[in-house]
Amino acid sequence: MIAEFGLAALWLAAALALLQLFGAFAGVRGGSADLVAVVRPAAVVQAALTGLAFLMLIWVFARTDLSVLLVASNSHSEKPLIFKISGAWSNHEGSMLMWVVIMAVSGGLIALIERRLPEKTMLATLGAQAFVSLGFYAFLLFSSNPFERLSPVPVEGAGLNPLLQDTAAAVHPPGLYLGYVGLSVAFSFVVGALLTRNVTPDFARVMRPWVLGAWIFLTLGITAGSYWAYYELGWGGWWFWDPVENASLMPWLAATALLHSASVLAARDALRTWTVMLGVVAFSMSMIGTFLVRSGILTSVHAFAVDPERGNFILALLAIYIGGALALFAARASTIAEGERFALMSREGALVVNNVALSAILGIVLLGTLYPLLTEAFGVRVSVGPPYFNPVSASFFLPMLLVLIAGPLLRWRRDSFARVQRSVVLAVSVGLVVLFGVGVLAGLGILPLLGMALAAAVAVAAFAPLRGRSLRRLPLPVWGMVIAHFGIAVSLFGVACDSALTVEKLAAAKAGDTIAVGPWQVTLDSIEPVAGPNWTAIEGRMTARYDGGEGRELAPQARSFWAPPQETTESALLTRWNGQLYAVLGKEAADGRWQVRLWWKPFVTWIWFGGILIALGGLLSLLGRVTGDLRLRERRRLIAQRHGEAVS
Amino acid sequence: MTARLKPKHQRLVLVIVALVAIIGAGVLAAWGLRNQASFYLLPNELVADPPAAGQAVRLGGMVEAGSLRTDADGITVHFIVGDGEAKVPVTYSGILPDLFQEGSGVTADGSMGADGVFHADGLLAKHDEKYVPRELKDMTEAQKHQVVAEATE
Repeated sequence: MIAEFGLAALWLAAALALLQLFGAFAGVRGGSADLVAVVRPAAVVQAALTGLAFLMLIWVFARTDLSVLLVASNSHSEKPLIFKISGAWSNHEGSMLMWVVIMAVSGGLIALIERRLPEKTMLATLGAQAFVSLGFYAFLLFSSNPFERLSPVPVEGAGLNPLLQDTAAAVHPPGLYLGYVGLSVAFSFVVGALLTRNVTPDFARVMRPWVLGAWIFLTLGITAGSYWAYYELGWGGWWFWDPVENASLMPWLAATALLHSASVLAARDALRTWTVMLGVVAFSMSMIGTFLVRSGILTSVHAFAVDPERGNFILALLAIYIGGALALFAARASTIAEGERFALMSREGALVVNNVALSAILGIVLLGTLYPLLTEAFGVRVSVGPPYFNPVSASFFLPMLLVLIAGPLLRWRRDSFARVQRSVVLAVSVGLVVLFGVGVLAGLGILPLLGMALAAAVAVAAFAPLRGRSLRRLPLPVWGMVIAHFGIAVSLFGVACDSALTVEKLAAAKAGDTIAVGPWQVTLDSIEPVAGPNWTAIEGRMTARYDGGEGRELAPQARSFWAPPQETTESALLTRWNGQLYAVLGKEAADGRWQVRLWWKPFVTWIWFGGILIALGGLLSLLGRVTGDLRLRERRRLIAQRHGEAVS
Repeated sequence: MTARLKPKHQRLVLVIVALVAIIGAGVLAAWGLRNQASFYLLPNELVADPPAAGQAVRLGGMVEAGSLRTDADGITVHFIVGDGEAKVPVTYSGILPDLFQEGSGVTADGSMGADGVFHADGLLAKHDEKYVPRELKDMTEAQKHQVVAEATE
């Protein structure tokens, strides 16, 4: 009954989306007011209905209602409640329902609060939003129904992949989905602006919070996903250039570029065509990401269902939306008047470099990700990995950071280098000191060395915009920029240190043996069996001493889950401010010794701290923009009120 | 000099810079893909046309039953990957993946050594039928069973 209720809510929401599309269409064509009046309420009620459907799905998962196919194939009665609930979206159908919910809620929010754009543009935007949603409703209802019943009812469910029974794995998909969907809202604004020929700074201001929000969630989702892969897979790496990881990185790159170009459009009314183009590209990347991950074209922990029908469905949606948007862009691009001009040496000029470099990196990642699929069509199988991605993308990323040193200091429109010279020289000298200091001390690879030097220079430069300004009166968005740029430096430092300074030790040990790895002495004390709620494990009890200091305990496990039957390695981590000790317990050798793999990874945690700082910067900026908008709205309301009183 | 440029020319310069950068990215990517992409090979392909020693390739096949042995150091393993037609000796130092076992599928990243042994830096093993190595996915069911049967004999 609960499942049917959820399904009915979904159908109703889809019908409302259709109504919203018709109403918006009528509105843009100047049609009947009755039909137009329905658009905003339709969007709001849709949000409520899809939310209800999602709650119903969580309910059947929490109760482990095995008569629902999705529950039977993905859940199990003996599983911690938290993972039963997160199991609702750790599968294909549930995650697509989550996508639709987030989309409907965003649509409802715009319909409810956004009043700054001309009504026609707003209607066109809501119409575009309804059009995109309809595709996903169709996908959900016709090929991925999460509420499908199963008869006869099985005695027990198949369980959730143990790799996904994890807190980071429960947080990572919603983060990415919020990001993807946020970009779909930006896309709707772009389509609305193009349709009604209204590409203005106001359009950029209205779109910006959505891009910022999407970008914050993408940043967090990628950071969580990377940390999950790092400790859960037990390979000691934090980024594998796996197509699935690239699928989340590409929308992030596009959103980062869009964020910066939207700022130019909002502040200076320049880069109009380019911003519109980026809006289309950013959503295309979300769709391509979804296609790569969900079509089963790739084999991975994310490819829940290898089902060509679904892949074709998403491919068709992708072709309709992106093809349509590009056609609209081609038809309307010539009608977008040229924006304000600017000198090369200006804030705009630096942001153009940022955009070009980000687009180049995006292209490089996209080519590298799709290349194996292309060659496979010709019968040649290849894999593209770090030897391609690292140097090729770094050749654009590192120059971009050089511009990042000076860019935020430049004034809009026109500036001279002499004005910012002092700060830039300071930052560059710090970078050079690190370059030669570290270069002389240790023979490191060229990329890590450049990374460390640039990280130092960018860290110093990130705070340069604060010089000579009153910190208490500094607007929040400036704080956001400073912190996000500093986060880039922190992350880069972690990446460079991890790749250059990591020490690895692989050994077969018996109880009592001590292994040295970097500054650590690790003693294997004993091997014990342990049990958890739905698993048993062999645990290696170890004591680790840093530089002969106090012993700290460390207990990596080899776990066996029984539903579904699967073995996983649980790595153990010891965190210090300057790095992490990473331990994995392997197999028992024939002579009774145990394989132990240890890594000392200096400053590796800075990678994720940097990611969090970047997201925090985005959050501050978003808060600043939203409170600014609210204050403006309040002021306008007061003026209107006073005006009204004066008239009466 | 740039300070003397007219705004229109400055815009042109920007467009040219952007174009050069994008074309540069394309060229760089093409070069990188030609040189850095590693090929997926089945044992018979690897034996028929061996790659240069040290060139990164990815080998996929079945771990032959009874071929797995461990060195005295407890961490270096040797095994044979076969596809029913050819066999390739593989050596690997490290912890074997959870699902790694004789008679099941494996994908090994690494390169051929001058000694004719495949040196793997990384192993991926999937034994669920959903996760047969990509190389074996295109075989018919009968072929697949034959390979598995031969490997597990």
